Amino acid sequence: MTWIIIGIVAVLAIALVAVYNRLVRLRNRIEAAWSQIDVQLKRRYDLIPNLVETVKGYAAHERQTLEAVIQARQQAVDARGIEEQAQAENILTGALRQLFAVSEAYPELRANQNFLALQEELTGTEGRIAFARQFFNEQVLAYDNAREVFPTNVIAGMFNFEAKPYFEAETESRENVRVDFGQGNSQAQPPQ
Amino acid sequence: MIGFVVLVAAIGWVFGYVTGFGYWGLVAAVAFSILMTWGSYFNSDKIALAMSRAQPADPRAHLQLHNLVEGLAIAAGLPKPRLYVVQDEAPNAFATGRDPKHAAVAVTSGLVEKMNRDELEGVLAHELAHIKNRDTLVMTLAVTLVGVVVLLGDWMLRALWWGGHDRDDRGGGAGAAIALFGVVLLVVAPLFAQLLQFAISRRREFLADADAVFLTRHPQGLTNALRKLQADQTAVRSASRATAHLWIESPLSLEKARGERGATGAGAWLNRLFETHPPLESRIEALQQTTLGSGAFTP
Repeated sequence: MTWIIIGIVAVLAIALVAVYNRLVRLRNRIEAAWSQIDVQLKRRYDLIPNLVETVKGYAAHERQTLEAVIQARQQAVDARGIEEQAQAENILTGALRQLFAVSEAYPELRANQNFLALQEELTGTEGRIAFARQFFNEQVLAYDNAREVFPTNVIAGMFNFEAKPYFEAETESRENVRVDFGQGNSQAQPPQ
Repeated sequence: MIGFVVLVAAIGWVFGYVTGFGYWGLVAAVAFSILMTWGSYFNSDKIALAMSRAQPADPRAHLQLHNLVEGLAIAAGLPKPRLYVVQDEAPNAFATGRDPKHAAVAVTSGLVEKMNRDELEGVLAHELAHIKNRDTLVMTLAVTLVGVVVLLGDWMLRALWWGGHDRDDRGGGAGAAIALFGVVLLVVAPLFAQLLQFAISRRREFLADADAVFLTRHPQGLTNALRKLQADQTAVRSASRATAHLWIESPLSLEKARGERGATGAGAWLNRLFETHPPLESRIEALQQTTLGSGAFTP
């Protein structure tokens, strides 16, 4: 009789350890996913000075646009905390979009290989940032599910596994993008 | 796949019963089959790349390709696979490698030229989905099982031919009936096993399509790519039957032509059973049935 009890206790203990470890692994994946986002953001910041120099070579008098980009980049690098960073990221995206729109008017710039490569790299980086966020949210979902589903939520509660927030789209990015071609008159708006 | 394993176990049992070798026949067949197929599984990437004469994709010449694959690898949580380019006008792509760490993706130069960024991303997502779902492993298992069936059939034939009835007759009529059933089975089974293998291949293609859309959250990319593939007539030069199941669209000109003609009728149905890929039309239809694919939003 005692053997049965020992057996049951042993099975329960193993199950407990397994569940705890699973929760830990899921939580760690979230942190890894977050640093992946960070890596891609840094990559983006590192590309920008090169881009600014290339554009300056051909379109030096687009000072406003260039300044906006440099400033936005600095803000993003200095930002601390998720909300500040998200906001700075958004402003930087807008400034870059403006820069590329403006460079449409300079055919020599558009033909420059360096410029094209940088443009492709930045587009690629934006893609990577988006995918990194997507992956991050998927990890948070998996973790939240594990935390809240019935048998595991008991253990999650016992060991204080807190909820992790999703990476939400910034409220500004949901507004229409305004592209100003410098003349101030035409303002194209992409379809919603 | 589970059905396949059950079938093989049943055939193994029949073999054991008919020849009197018991389960050792099945064990030996499995061992042999594994020996024959797993060498090529372990070196699947080297073999597939060499067979198609793929060259590593230079990061500067194919910057967009590398950027797309990096992004998708992040989304899938996989290490970035090695990238190769095959010099061929026909747009196509394949993924290979025994596991995600040793994975490689190859695209034809035709694909890079003819697809836009969205479509290229869709195709690459499909290939990464193959890697994520470990389809090389799945297909190797299927091929191994086919091998087991073929071996058992072969051995059973030899055993019966050379008269392996050195045991007591098990009740006259019933024994003979089972022996006859065994013979029929050994003739039909290899064919049936092959059909199962092709069916599994087609299913994995649908699965890869679905997982690709899950990665990109953008079914239009892959759907438009498949439409372009449908319209394109060229067939890949350096493809063979052995690697056919790896490509996104069947590279074999005969399969392609059949798929495009959208042939109907009993003969065509029979042919379709042997195809490694589902018809492009079905794949496009399946993609459009996802809730995102209603076309309600434009990129």
